[in-house]
Amino acid sequence: MEMIHLKINGIPVEVPAGSTVLEAAKAANVDIPTLCYLKDVNCIGACRICVVEITGARGLVAACTHPAAEGMEVFTNTPKVRKSRKTTLELMLSNHKKKCLSCVRANNCELQKLSVAYGADEDRFMPEEMNKPIDDSSPFLIRDNNKCIQCMRCVAACKNVQSVSVIGNIRRGFNVHVGSAFDAPLASTACVGCGQCIVSCPVGALTEKSSEKKVWDAIADPEKKVIFFTAPSIRATLGEEFGNPVGTNVEGKMVAAIRRLGPDQVFNMDVTADLTIVEEANELIERITTGGTLPMFTSCCPGWVKFCEHFYPDFLPHLSSCKSPQQMFGAVLKSYYAQKNNIDPKNLFVVSVIPCTAKKFEVTREEQREGDYDDVDVALTTRELGRMIREAGIDFNSLPDEQFDDPFETASGAGAIFGATGGVMEAALRTAAVKLDGKCEPLEFTEVRGTKGIKEATYTVGGVTVKVAVASGLANAREIIEGIIKGEKDYQFVEIMACPGGCINGGGQPVQSDSVRNFVDLKAIRAKALYDADSNMELRMSHESPVMDMLYNEFFEKPGAHKAHEYLHTTYVPRGKYQD
Amino acid sequence: MTEKTVIPFQGTPEQEAQLKEVIAKHHDQPGGLMPTLQEAQGIYGYLPIEVQKMIADGLGVSLSEVFGVATFYSQFSLTPKGKHRISVCLGTACYVKGSDKILEAVEAKLGIKSGECTADGMFSIDSCRCVGACGLAPVMLVDEDVYGKLKPDQVAKILDSYK
Repeated sequence: MEMIHLKINGIPVEVPAGSTVLEAAKAANVDIPTLCYLKDVNCIGACRICVVEITGARGLVAACTHPAAEGMEVFTNTPKVRKSRKTTLELMLSNHKKKCLSCVRANNCELQKLSVAYGADEDRFMPEEMNKPIDDSSPFLIRDNNKCIQCMRCVAACKNVQSVSVIGNIRRGFNVHVGSAFDAPLASTACVGCGQCIVSCPVGALTEKSSEKKVWDAIADPEKKVIFFTAPSIRATLGEEFGNPVGTNVEGKMVAAIRRLGPDQVFNMDVTADLTIVEEANELIERITTGGTLPMFTSCCPGWVKFCEHFYPDFLPHLSSCKSPQQMFGAVLKSYYAQKNNIDPKNLFVVSVIPCTAKKFEVTREEQREGDYDDVDVALTTRELGRMIREAGIDFNSLPDEQFDDPFETASGAGAIFGATGGVMEAALRTAAVKLDGKCEPLEFTEVRGTKGIKEATYTVGGVTVKVAVASGLANAREIIEGIIKGEKDYQFVEIMACPGGCINGGGQPVQSDSVRNFVDLKAIRAKALYDADSNMELRMSHESPVMDMLYNEFFEKPGAHKAHEYLHTTYVPRGKYQD
Repeated sequence: MTEKTVIPFQGTPEQEAQLKEVIAKHHDQPGGLMPTLQEAQGIYGYLPIEVQKMIADGLGVSLSEVFGVATFYSQFSLTPKGKHRISVCLGTACYVKGSDKILEAVEAKLGIKSGECTADGMFSIDSCRCVGACGLAPVMLVDEDVYGKLKPDQVAKILDSYK
C-alpha cells in the first residue's frame, strides 16, 4: 500500500494514499467535527463544520472530502477555523427548533455537542418562524423538519444504502426540506420502515414512533398479563444505552432490568428464532426436493419483506411463508401458551423488544393474524426499552445477571446469531444439513459470516448441492435480485436483512454518533458478541432445543404440519412502487 | 410554489410517445434528468405527477429525486398553464408602483393564487421580474398583450375581454 506523509497541527502522520484529511487527522489523534459526513452513507462536504486550513489552499477546506496529500500541512484549530465553525453552528441553530430539554436526542445530539464545544450562541441570528408540518403518518417513525439541519444523511441512507429513495431534498431556499415526492405523507410511499434514516440523523428530526406509553399502561393494568420477549441482538446493544462499550453482551442485566419494569414474564425470542429455523429448513428441503419455487428467500426481516412487496412483487412466491420470530412468538403465546395456562388471550399483552422500526408495522399486518388478536401488541425498539429503564430509575449497570423465565428460556446458539447478517443462513444450514445428512460437520459456515454486503457460497450436504447468497442493506438485496432476473445468478437459498450488517445495526438500535461510526465498524463489533454467545453454548442447532420438542409434541405436531401452518406461516401483499 | 390543481391530467398517447423518445435519448447520459424535464415540460406544458412518474421509471431514478429537481428550478411548473397566461411584474419599478395590489386583484378576480390555473383551464397566473417596460409600471401581461400604468380596479374588465 502506498503511504503518504503529512502534518496535522505540526504532528507528522503517515496514512495510506487516498485517505481524506479527516482520516489523516484521526491518525494523529486529532478530532475534526463532522455533521453531514457519515462513513459509508454520506460524503458531500456540505455542512462546512469540518473545515480546516491547509497551507497554500485558497480559503477553508472541507476535511471530510479533501484528499490528504504528500507534504500537506493541515491546521485544524486556528482562530479562523474556530470562528467559521462557530458561525456555521449559529446559522444552523437559527433555523433549528431548540426544544432541547425533552428531546429524545438530548445528550446524544451531535448539534448540541458541538454547540457546547464551540460556545455557539443560539440567539445570535433571529430565527424564521418554525411551523413546518410534522409527519407522523407511518407506524414506524416521526419526522419533525423543524429540527432538521439538512445534512442529507437520511436521504443518503435511504437512497445509497437502501435504494428505496422515498425521501429527497425538495423545494428551494427557505422552503427547502427533506420530504417525499409531492410532499406525500411517508405512510403513502414505498418506505419500508427500516429506520436507517433515524440512526443516521445527527439531531432529533427523526425518531421512532414511541410505544412506551402503551406498555406502561398495560403494566399498570391489573387485568393484563404482560409478557416481554427480547430479540437476539438486544443483548449485544442495550448496554450502549447505559454507557457500556460497543459489543458488550448484557443479556443477564437486560433480563433483570425488564423484570424490574413490572411485566409478568420475560422470555427469550431466540426460542422462536429456533422455531423459525425448524420451519424454514423444512420448507427449504421441501422446495428443493419437490420442485418448488427457488431460490427461497428468508422472510424474517420485515423491512426486506415490505421492500419485496413494493419493488419486486413478482418475487413474493420466493419468500419463505414462515412468519418472523417475533410474530411466531406472539402466535405461540396467544395460542399454545394461553391455552396451556388457562389465560384468555385478550388479557395477554405481548411486548417484543426488537432492534427494528419495521417491526412496528409488522405487528399491525392483518394477514399475520390467526383469530381475533394481533400476534404481538407492541414492538419496542432497543432505544425505547433504554428510555423505560431510565424512566423507572433502574441502575442498569449495577443489576445482577438474571435468567429468562421458564418455559421459553432455553434456545440454541443458532437462534442467537439470527441478529447478524448470515446468521439466519448459517442456522438454517446447520439444521438442514442434519435433516438431509444426519450430521452437520463442520458446524460453522464461515463463508456466510462477516459484514460484507453480499456473500456467496456453495455447500453440498447429504448429496444435495445448495448455492446460497446472503445480502444485507437493501441496495445489495436489489443487486442480488437483479442478478437473478438477468439470469446471471442462480441460487437455491438467499438470506436478506434490510439493515447493513443485519439486526445488530438495525434502525431501532442505540444511535452512535458520527464520531464513533466514522472510525469504528459497529456492525462487526456488535456481531462478535452474538457469535461469541453461540460458540460458548452447548446447544448449537435449533432443532436440538428441548423447547422445540415441547412445542411440536404438545401443539404444532411436526414442522410444516397443518397446525404449524395455521399459526406460524403467513402470506404477503403485492403493493407496487407507488401507493396512490 | 404549489401543485394543487383541480384539472385532471389529460396527456395523449402522442405526448407519451414523444416523452418516451426523450427519455430514451437521455437515458444513459449523466445528468440526463434536467434536459428530460425541460423537454417534458415542452411536450405537456407542465410537469404533473403522472409525467414525473414516467420520467422516474424511464430514467431509473426515484420520484423523490425527480420532484426535488422539478421544485428546485423556477423554470419548472407543476401546475398546468391556462389558455391565457397572466403574468404580473413584481420587478422593482412595478413593485414600488403597487403591482402587488394588481396581483391581488387578479387573484381575487379568478379565485386562484399565483402559480395556479383556474378549474376551467382558461387562466393561469404567474409573477415575473421586469419585462423591460419600467416606464409603464405597474405592468401586467396577458399572453403577448402588455397592459401598463394599471390600477387594480381595471383588472376585472381586462380579464373579462378574454372570455
